[in-house]
This record gives sequence, structure tokens and C-alpha cells, in this order.
Amino acid sequence: MTSDREKQADAFFHALADSTRRDILRRVLAGEHSVSALAQHYPMSFAAVQKHVAVLERAGLVSKRRSGREQLASGEVEAVRSVTALLVEFEQVWRGRVDRIDALLEDDRTHPTTQKET
Amino acid sequence: MPVIDVAKDLDSRTITVTSEFAAPVDRVWQIWEDPRQLERWWGPPTYPATFTEHELAPGARVKYHMTGPDGEVYPGYWDITEVEKPTRLGYDDGFADAEGNPQESAPLGTIGVDLVAADAGSTRMVMTATYATAEDLQKVLDMGMEEGLTAAVNQVDGLLAA
Repeated sequence: MTSDREKQADAFFHALADSTRRDILRRVLAGEHSVSALAQHYPMSFAAVQKHVAVLERAGLVSKRRSGREQLASGEVEAVRSVTALLVEFEQVWRGRVDRIDALLEDDRTHPTTQKET
Repeated sequence: MPVIDVAKDLDSRTITVTSEFAAPVDRVWQIWEDPRQLERWWGPPTYPATFTEHELAPGARVKYHMTGPDGEVYPGYWDITEVEKPTRLGYDDGFADAEGNPQESAPLGTIGVDLVAADAGSTRMVMTATYATAEDLQKVLDMGMEEGLTAAVNQVDGLLAA
């Protein structure tokens, strides 16, 4: 169950699970940014921002190119709209449902009198 | 963690979510069979679901809608294909117009739910959903579902559309 494409989906989910990385992605989807320009937006080191960009790059969400001393990052629009993205999103919907089912069933145990027969 | 496995097949646009609940199979069946219980978990708190017609019988059409925070309504339907109480439910899902009638000529996806007794009176639920095209999957996700990552991805989509 760990095909390359599932690993890709995991990398995708991991990449988007962090608010700084989501913010970086929003910026680079709007246009190419140098990593140093991105770093100015966050209260962290250049190296830390560079690591975030690398995680996005591994997930296929961002591509990088070099221009002189600058590393330029841009967002991969197609990847954001890919089937992977959709299935990851669908997974989150069902995780939410499963949590609510669990809570509903938990109610039975804590308030047994409220359980309804259908 | 109630979710114990998630498998995705990108080629067939299929996702399988396996979860386990500390309740017997008959009890877990009720959360699908009783529309009032279904309403408690189908939609997130921001997009609650209301089931207006609900009968789990092959050939029956279940009608429901989700209501967004600004009052926008997203109607949908399930065409029930398979019922083996209390262990298996199959349906095709799609979008409906305001009267609850199908909007598209064909349903968007095929969903199967299997309930299997597991250890110590618990139940394993295996939900498999398959969508014919990426567009169909997108439409389902656009239908007033905003949870977790969805919010983030939608923000990105909004940015792309701007």
C-alpha cells in the first residue's frame, strides 16, 4: 500500500500541514519569489525558510531555479489541482466524519439513555 | 485513532478509508440508517446536513442538502444500489437542484460501505469511494465541505481564480 504515488500523496499532505508552508505556497502561486525575499516575511532564519521550500519542492508543489546567487521558487499550479490534491482533501472530509461518528458513539457510553432505536 | 488506514488509487480516483469504532455492527449501522443520527456526522459543524428523504432500500433515492455559514444550500442525492443490513450499503451520489432532482445526467461517484465485526465488540468500517473523473471529485469537494486541509486548499484555489 505504499506505492510511489501514495508516497507522493503523503508528501503532499505533510507539506500542506504547516501554516508557514501554506503561506509560502500562496505567495509563490501568485508569482515567482526568491527564497531570500520569502524569508523576510517570517520570524525565522533563512535556512528554516529554505527547508520549508524544500519540503514543498519534494511534494511537487513548488519548483526552484537558480538565477545568479538567488534561488527562485514558483508554485506548481497543476499539482495544486491534481487528483492527489483532491484525494488528500477527500481524505480530510472523511477523517472529519469518522471523528464525528466516534463522538456520536461515545455519547451512547456517557449518556446511555439518549440512545435511540431506529 | 478511529481512522486506521487510508488508501488511495490515483489512477482509478478511488479512496478507501478504514476506521474502527468501539460499538457493535448493529449500532454502527444505525448511524447510516437513522437520518437524525446521520445528520450529526455527515456535515461539519459549519456545513450541517439535512436529510429530507431517507430510505435505505435498493432503488430508493435519498435526498439531502448541506447548509453553509451564509445560508447557501447544496442539495445532493444518493441512489441506493445495495443494502445488506447491517453490514453493507452501496450508493451512487450526485448533485441535485433545489427540488432535490438530479442535476447531471449521471451520478458522480460510487460509494460502498462495509461493516465488519472486530475484536471486543468493536466494528471496522470500510468506506470506498470511486469517482469517474477528477472533475467529479472536485465537484463533490466543492459541495460545502470545508474541513482541515480543505480550507487551506480552497484558499489556494481562490488565489488561483483571482
